[in-house]
Amino acid sequence: MFKRLALATTAIAMLALAPMAAARADTPAQGGDIVVTYKDDITTLDPAIGYDWVNWSMIKSLFSRLMDYDPGTAKVVPSLAESFEVSPDGLTYTFKLRKGVKFSNGRALVAGDVKYSIERAVNPKTQGPGAGFFGAIKGFDELTAGKAEVLSGIETPDDGTVVFHLSRPDATFLHVLAINFASVVPKEAVEAAGGDFGKKPVGSGAFILKDWTIGQQLVFERNPDYYLKDVPHIDKVTVEVGQEPLVALLRLQKGEVDIAGDGIPPAKFLEVKNSPDGAQIIVDGEQLHTGYITLNTKVKPFDNLKVRQAVNMAINKERITRILNGRATPANQVLPPLMPGYDKAFTGYAYDVEKAKALLAEAGFADGFETVLYSTNTDPQPRIAQAIQQDLAAIGIKAEVRALAQANVIAAGGTEGEAPMIWSGGMAWIADFPDPSNFYGPILGCAGAVQGGWNWSWYCNKDLDARAIAADSMSDPAKAAERQAAWGKVFTDIMADAPWVPVINERRVVAKSPRMGGPDNIYIDPTRVINYDAIYVKQ
Amino acid sequence: MLAVLARRLVQSVLILLGVAAITFVLLYALPADPARMIAGRSATAATVANIRHELGLDQPLLQQFGTYLSHLLEGNLGRSYAQKTEVATLIAARLPATLTLMVAGIFMELVIGITLGVIAAVARGGAVDRLIMMTAFVGVSAPQFIVALFLLYVFAATLGWFPMSGFGTAAHLVLPATTLGILGAGWYARIVRSAMIDVLNQDYIRTARAKGLSGARIILRHALPNAILPVIAMIGIDIGQFMGGVVVVEAVYGWPGIGQLAWQAIQQVDIPIIMGVTLTSALAIVIGNLAADLIAPAVDPRIRSH
Amino acid sequence: MRVLKELSRQPAALFGLAIVLAVVILALAAPLIAPYSPDEQMFDGLTLEGAPIGPGAQFWLGTDTLGRDLFSRLLYGARTSLVIGIVANGVAVAIGLAIGIAGGYLRGLSGNLIMRFTDLMMAFPALLLAIVLAALLKPSLWIVALVIALVNWVQVARIVYTETRGLSERDFILAERALGAGHGRILFLHILPHLMPTAIVWGTLGIATTVLLEATLSFLGIGVQPPQPSWGNIIFESQSYFQAAPWLVFFPGAVILLTALAFNLVGDALRDILDPTQRGRG
Repeated sequence: MFKRLALATTAIAMLALAPMAAARADTPAQGGDIVVTYKDDITTLDPAIGYDWVNWSMIKSLFSRLMDYDPGTAKVVPSLAESFEVSPDGLTYTFKLRKGVKFSNGRALVAGDVKYSIERAVNPKTQGPGAGFFGAIKGFDELTAGKAEVLSGIETPDDGTVVFHLSRPDATFLHVLAINFASVVPKEAVEAAGGDFGKKPVGSGAFILKDWTIGQQLVFERNPDYYLKDVPHIDKVTVEVGQEPLVALLRLQKGEVDIAGDGIPPAKFLEVKNSPDGAQIIVDGEQLHTGYITLNTKVKPFDNLKVRQAVNMAINKERITRILNGRATPANQVLPPLMPGYDKAFTGYAYDVEKAKALLAEAGFADGFETVLYSTNTDPQPRIAQAIQQDLAAIGIKAEVRALAQANVIAAGGTEGEAPMIWSGGMAWIADFPDPSNFYGPILGCAGAVQGGWNWSWYCNKDLDARAIAADSMSDPAKAAERQAAWGKVFTDIMADAPWVPVINERRVVAKSPRMGGPDNIYIDPTRVINYDAIYVKQ
Repeated sequence: MLAVLARRLVQSVLILLGVAAITFVLLYALPADPARMIAGRSATAATVANIRHELGLDQPLLQQFGTYLSHLLEGNLGRSYAQKTEVATLIAARLPATLTLMVAGIFMELVIGITLGVIAAVARGGAVDRLIMMTAFVGVSAPQFIVALFLLYVFAATLGWFPMSGFGTAAHLVLPATTLGILGAGWYARIVRSAMIDVLNQDYIRTARAKGLSGARIILRHALPNAILPVIAMIGIDIGQFMGGVVVVEAVYGWPGIGQLAWQAIQQVDIPIIMGVTLTSALAIVIGNLAADLIAPAVDPRIRSH
Repeated sequence: MRVLKELSRQPAALFGLAIVLAVVILALAAPLIAPYSPDEQMFDGLTLEGAPIGPGAQFWLGTDTLGRDLFSRLLYGARTSLVIGIVANGVAVAIGLAIGIAGGYLRGLSGNLIMRFTDLMMAFPALLLAIVLAALLKPSLWIVALVIALVNWVQVARIVYTETRGLSERDFILAERALGAGHGRILFLHILPHLMPTAIVWGTLGIATTVLLEATLSFLGIGVQPPQPSWGNIIFESQSYFQAAPWLVFFPGAVILLTALAFNLVGDALRDILDPTQRGRG
């Protein structure tokens, strides 16, 4: 999920299985109007298209899906579905719909809407980024190739039942039905909007979009007919866009703003943290994020394993966390600590300049070499790139830093033989759903090591690819632990080839006004960022 | 006069075409693929290819440009890749804010700049003159972001005289316009001063003075009018610059202008928006310059339009 | 020689000249003067929380957000910024003068063509050009200087054009023409001297604006890349820290201002000496 991350340095959090109620004195209260700010304009609220981390949480709250997550956790639960069954071969999923659910235009939601919505997300004419997630459904290839208008694998025997037939087992299928692209939309509203559905969304979620002044603000109001009782708590959310984070923070301190969506700018972090009301304002949570350096295995001398290992030992990760004012912790493997499959016992490559030099000498580069390190150009990424540059210089590697607009870095990464090293900050991987499989294919698997791909190490290990496919076909819930272990081993084994330098796991920081209530993990929700359905104003 | 106007209008259209062509080629040369930016990294190669096809990006450059121009002739600026909505709608929604800030910003520049320039010219060589010229330098050299934030902290956050953010009332306009005024007034002050000194030293002024005309009269009737031409040219330049969007000032004051739209579009390689904004500001520049050239003979009869 | 002699009689001009020379010498002698390497991120250059350190005995002008010595970075940064402020800006003003005069003085098609070309260049999407160049070329100081020269002449040309149009209709020019004076004589003896004030305004104010413009363009990837310092990029990188670490903005801002002012003092004196209508007056 590149864009969600790309628009800010942070991404969705992953507090898998973290205790929900951190025993706060305050209890959810009904009512209240709040103001939320973002720097970037909201691009679209069309669930088949929206794919950045700002609109992600709003789309979650405007629409509903067959499956969803318990607030603040990564636990996938039925939502629009009342119940579901999976066939023993893992190829057929049958969902019974909840009764009496209405779209905000008043019409009852039926099984045909679910089928239409997923077909719409897959249809190439929609130009949606999420089509690929539904690849396991029968008829996917025909629809994407333009040979069919529908997905033959989705059946609706009656208005209350949806049946999915898969062409292969997919252990992540329930997660797929919980991502935004699976949101249910009413066909007549899509057609009435004439291509502008993203600006005139109609759903069946916790909130309804009441007003949108382009470039200024969006007003969401509580959906009185929402099918979950006592959800949401807030009556009205006003989202103001085009707000510079420094000013948003100032307005928050003055009481004009309740949530500064972009968090606290690095320049202000220490000041706020050390201020008397800092603890009330800052929500600081671990998220599923790994910041890494890609080492291009197709560019000399990074085709040499010893060179890649030497670079792994040369980076002073402690200093980088200090530059970030302690908002991150050093990383030693691909998966972040909270991701299922993370290996606590794994130590990776320890920081050791002498050993790194020795390895370089063994590889035939006793005097070092010259190379280029790409980075995006928004603070603090160029600073981290410069810290890496200095660390590399200590073992004799002269790296020229090239700090560019994000689109340029992505283009360089996806061009064979172009970028020897890329610091991933500002573009780092974040899962579309909380499952380790989503951390592999496009960024470390052979499929991503192509022109225009996202595997910027151009690393391709057929053996690991085969193990990844094997792990993903274990769709039987009884095999979940085995599958998780298999995935974990894939990620630690990758480190033997050292295509990446895992550098840090960055935490996400959100700023909220003292009157906002609820545990931290609904402000840094693993699957939503801010969970508008769950947050509330203290009474 | 009408013939001149007609000729200039035709030329203006040609200039806009030129700008469109240049921008189109530049965007084409950009080694970033909009289809990939839309698709995100979970997308398969087939998804990306589909998106590219739907956007028409798989066609040859000339054909794409031809399509764009034919749509443009119908007043259709295309649809944004990322926002999936009409570019014309997006620009139109932000135009009032941009135009308001442009007018108010230029007004503030003129008020501050001309006042300082006239005082400096009259007191030329003295301490007041030096002080004013130094102030002009401070304003022009100051980083926009810091001036804007400083005014916000003092007059909005601390004193509470103006709202901190937003658009709609006159009170919202004061700080952004003043920021632009402070940043740009230095140019006007220097231009006015130079032009006035040039005139004040000419023979006919000395004759006028010898005839006993009063100082104020000389300044208002003879010296200041001679600064009008360069000031008009300068306004023409500013119209162009402000129409392209004042990204930093807009961002600090939460002003919903075109600059923020353009900046976000560049980040997202949203080609239709970039084209639309570039053409809008090009149109403003052409109009601004045309107006400046047409007004010049009216205020200074010695110039004949040629 | 006369120019130098008259210049030396003006204390303000001498003062300006001294500052300009001092800045140039400091830039050239940076390796001898700088107490630290401009790129070294020092362990004790940041607090334990990772905040920059204010001016003091160890770091005279404080450190930046990576723990580098600001004074050393300003010294080295002068090299980049002088090239931009003086060379790139100077070239832009020269081109602007030439084109503006040509557009205003020449009649008919050629003058018109020149000014429409200027309009086109004014509407040119410079930021976009910078992004494209950044992706295609290896970034360097000279590319960013080239872009600035290419982009910045336009405004000078517009102003000069307007003034030249006004000038060429004035009585004394018309009289010269009637007497059969050549174009060269009119341009160099009558028009150009009258445009000197404008040239000096843009030449000096432009120093400050181009030094900051360099930072914006380099940010997009065409100019000097980290860790190489320039006055503009020091401000640009640190501007959001202006409350937490005001020295990071104040000192580079002050040297930019000082340099521009010094050039202005010299420029004003030069104009007084060269301008025929002002000779003998203050």
